[in-house]
Amino acid sequence: MTVDPVPRIGQSSAMTSEPLILNGVSLLADLSGALYWPDRSLLIISDLHLEKGSSFAEKGIPLPPYDTAVTLKRLAAICGQYNPQTVMCLGDSFHDTGGPDRMGKADRAALEQLIAAYDWLWITGNHDPELPEDLPGRRIMEETIGALTFRHEASREPVRGEISGHYHPSARVRTRQRYLSGRCFAYDSDRLIMPAFGALTGGLTVHDKAIRAVLGPHFDILFLGPKRIYRFPADRLC
Amino acid sequence: MLDKTAQPRPDMTGLPKTFRDWFSGKNWQPHPHQLEMLEAAQAGKHALLIAPTGGGKTLAGFLSSLIELSEAPFDGLHTLYISPLKALAVDIHRNLTLPIEEMALPVTAETRTGDTPQAKKQRQRGSPPNILLTTPESLALLLSYTDAPKIFRRLRTIVIDELHALAPNKRGELLSLGLARLAKLAPDARRVGLSATVAYPDALEAYLSPTGRTGSGTVARVSGGGAVAAEVKILIGRGHFPWSGHMGSYAVEDIYEQICGAATTLVFVNTRAQAEILFQALWKINEQNLPIALHHGSLAAEQRRKVEAIMSQGGLRAVVATSSLDLGIDWAAVDLVIQVGAPKGSSRLLQRIGRANHRLDQPSRAILIPANRFEVLECQAAIDAVKEMTLDGELPSEGALDVLAQHILGTACAGPFHPDQLYEEVRTAAPYADLGREDFDAVLRFVTDGGYALRTYDRFRRLRPKPDGLLTVVNQRVARSYRMNVGTIVEAITLKVRMRRGRFLGEVEEYFVQGLTPGDTFLFAGQLLTFEGVRETVVEVSPGKGEEPEIPAYMGGRLPFTTHLSDRVRAMLEDDRNWPTLPAPVEDWLRMQQWRSVMPKRDRLLVEVFPRGGKFYLVAYCFAGRNAHQTLGMLLTRRMERAGLDPLGFVASDYVIAIWGLKEPRAEDVAGLFDQDMLGDDLEEWMAESTLLKRTFRNVAVIAGLIERKLPGHEKTGRQVTFNADLIYDVLRSHEPDHILLRATRADAARGLTDIRRLADLLVQVQSKIDVRHLDRVSPLAVPILLEIGKEQVHGGALDTLLEEAEADLIAEATRGNMQASLPI
Repeated sequence: MTVDPVPRIGQSSAMTSEPLILNGVSLLADLSGALYWPDRSLLIISDLHLEKGSSFAEKGIPLPPYDTAVTLKRLAAICGQYNPQTVMCLGDSFHDTGGPDRMGKADRAALEQLIAAYDWLWITGNHDPELPEDLPGRRIMEETIGALTFRHEASREPVRGEISGHYHPSARVRTRQRYLSGRCFAYDSDRLIMPAFGALTGGLTVHDKAIRAVLGPHFDILFLGPKRIYRFPADRLC
Repeated sequence: MLDKTAQPRPDMTGLPKTFRDWFSGKNWQPHPHQLEMLEAAQAGKHALLIAPTGGGKTLAGFLSSLIELSEAPFDGLHTLYISPLKALAVDIHRNLTLPIEEMALPVTAETRTGDTPQAKKQRQRGSPPNILLTTPESLALLLSYTDAPKIFRRLRTIVIDELHALAPNKRGELLSLGLARLAKLAPDARRVGLSATVAYPDALEAYLSPTGRTGSGTVARVSGGGAVAAEVKILIGRGHFPWSGHMGSYAVEDIYEQICGAATTLVFVNTRAQAEILFQALWKINEQNLPIALHHGSLAAEQRRKVEAIMSQGGLRAVVATSSLDLGIDWAAVDLVIQVGAPKGSSRLLQRIGRANHRLDQPSRAILIPANRFEVLECQAAIDAVKEMTLDGELPSEGALDVLAQHILGTACAGPFHPDQLYEEVRTAAPYADLGREDFDAVLRFVTDGGYALRTYDRFRRLRPKPDGLLTVVNQRVARSYRMNVGTIVEAITLKVRMRRGRFLGEVEEYFVQGLTPGDTFLFAGQLLTFEGVRETVVEVSPGKGEEPEIPAYMGGRLPFTTHLSDRVRAMLEDDRNWPTLPAPVEDWLRMQQWRSVMPKRDRLLVEVFPRGGKFYLVAYCFAGRNAHQTLGMLLTRRMERAGLDPLGFVASDYVIAIWGLKEPRAEDVAGLFDQDMLGDDLEEWMAESTLLKRTFRNVAVIAGLIERKLPGHEKTGRQVTFNADLIYDVLRSHEPDHILLRATRADAARGLTDIRRLADLLVQVQSKIDVRHLDRVSPLAVPILLEIGKEQVHGGALDTLLEEAEADLIAEATRGNMQASLPI
């Protein structure tokens, strides 16, 4: 058995985004966990889970109170980078219904500033926490644009061209000697499940039957590594 | 638990007639130390008994309680016995029943552990037995109930068994805080510590002292006397003597022969994998069909109990065991101990040897079987140390802050407390004797609301102040959550292993399972198994076919290599006068090293650099133990990358670290690589992403009460609702690097898996004392570590390199066959 890691395959500088085609539409998956549709100047993010820390704190588990600020900072950075016309949040934007009330003033102001800068679309889904009425931005249960439909939770019926969130897919990658785990996009040629964007949102393994129920046994993932994205067929993961 | 060997006839007049008659009736004599312990009790002193195993320690601990209880009927809890092992508590209970019944003493004794039925536990709180045998965790739980003052009000004696095994770790720290609490609830209770021979008796005395310090004059020290010096020798097996590896399988025939020649043999190994492999190998050649059993921490508890029971009845000829049998009940029948592989520490060796022949007047017999050349040196060093009775072991260190957090919450669950008073109380526990008020307050703030600099959680406090200044828990939910999570043992997440449609075999760590694909075979519970898959949280297996397992081993249970033994090994390498006493292959090996390179000097660091197969190898003889070497490897590869030396990977053993790369490091590069400023920014940067640090943080967060334990049956379903300790670590680290939990994490990292303290000591010691040898090929001393490559985990430089490699592998594999179709590239 050979043991040395192979010499590096040229340290590629780009790779912070990966192109993919979904139902004939060209998209760009970003290392941050956002998805960009260049033709429509649309930036999609999912599962922000704002105020997750304070939600647990309320139940007697004082997780660090910094998650909302971190998530919004990342969100602002990615919006600034792509400068899209439209930003779409694919649901579970707040961790729970009480989230908006617990949100600090500075965080709220930062969020409103972002919303004001773009055409902002909240996908709310069936059973997602309700957004406060005074929060700007359009709300809609689901949205179809061209060949793609956007909803929070994947449809139970087979569909073509669907982008959803909800499951927070994560994967474990087996390298020759160790395992790395992290968030990922999970997709086939028809459907895509977005990774969670929120700072404290963990993942659900892509082997889980909930994800298999949507994508079947054969699909690919885009693994969000420390510095770049990697593409793997899911059934080759461990 | 008693000994009938001839001793100088001690004076039994101090004993009541019932007890004298009982001893005489059995033709037994109390040991002098048993009577000394009794005197200490009568003088109202705390007592520390240090004695080798088999010295009648248990009766020494209980004698005064039994006498007191026999003299006047006593209502309530009189004596609390605390053991690190549930099984030991159960066993001691059985042993205690004998004198109680035979002398018809009016004494009730019961156990209380995690296995005790709920109804019985409830009853014990209302009406406790005279003697309660329990564990540190069960004590912490008892102390968190509002009726704790009532339960412990009349407590007279606290017996702590195997004190040496508890004191130096977090379980002992939690227990020390519990003892401080008990001292408030029952000021008259005496403390009795029972310990094996240790290197640091003063630390144990401080632990037992009600002031938390030595020199209080309230602790009587009693010595159980030394056992007769053990007969220990090294045996080199007849098979080809290996250069590397740790299994010792080459000597299996010799081991079998020894088992055949003894009545009952304990075969100690160092890892669970080694236990499995050796057990298999023994049964392959077990022509006489001797009853040989297997015992290690991953096996199902009932299976372990079964082995122990058959052993007690004398039904076994040998048990292959890991440290799972280091502690525990005495088996009088064991007349031989075999240690396969290096013993890693002199105290551990002494303790293992002591498991044979519990008669004080006869020497214990032990055989050490080194698994490779380096281990011969380590075995010899350990034998010398045992002969000279120089011991080692972990010195109890400053109490961990996560443990303190847990204790503060537990105290609050029992009732309102005043922070000033609790601070004073906590400082009477030895591990916390020097705790500063600022640290105490920081921990208290963490318990109250997380203690973050961003103070937004005022509304979500777990403790609230009452008008009288006392703090109390806000609701019973907080108390319930505390009780579900009590204790400091944070197990790696494990999965049950079960035969398909068959019986439960034991548990393995999750990470091992993640490395398996259906059809893989591995050794577990003494048999070859085929991995079928994971169903829910159960690993399904079927009987394996074939001879050899495809997946060689699983980790777990590696023992730390002590500094003391390391020093002795270095001294042996330096001084060639004693080499002729070593086995011939080892002496030849060392001579060859002398000729081809140099020997590492005791107070210097030898670094060899040589080319091999198109790469350059750097081998450093640090002798700082595997954990410190792993950390060093991570840091060195970072530096080599920065220096443009293109490191590719490294491998570490207890003695040596080897790094290989594409460019040859020059002598002046090497000195710079080992500069101690490595522990500054490099360490900080590494800590940000190290999985070891993240694992350490997770444990700290669980103990401190930030993250709840994963309870069986509470696993996530479909939707992810839990949170991830790694993400919390990242967020906290970037926003509040000095948060109390991160400080606790760093303190843990100083010892344990990353062993940064030992690494720091090493770097300080070798500054400007590095000998660099450029060789034209591998040196004899470097051969063992190079052979480890491929068997051991190899660490690459950067994370992304590994990913690229994995991806390249996968794509190559995928594009070879029909996978190409599904790859949207």
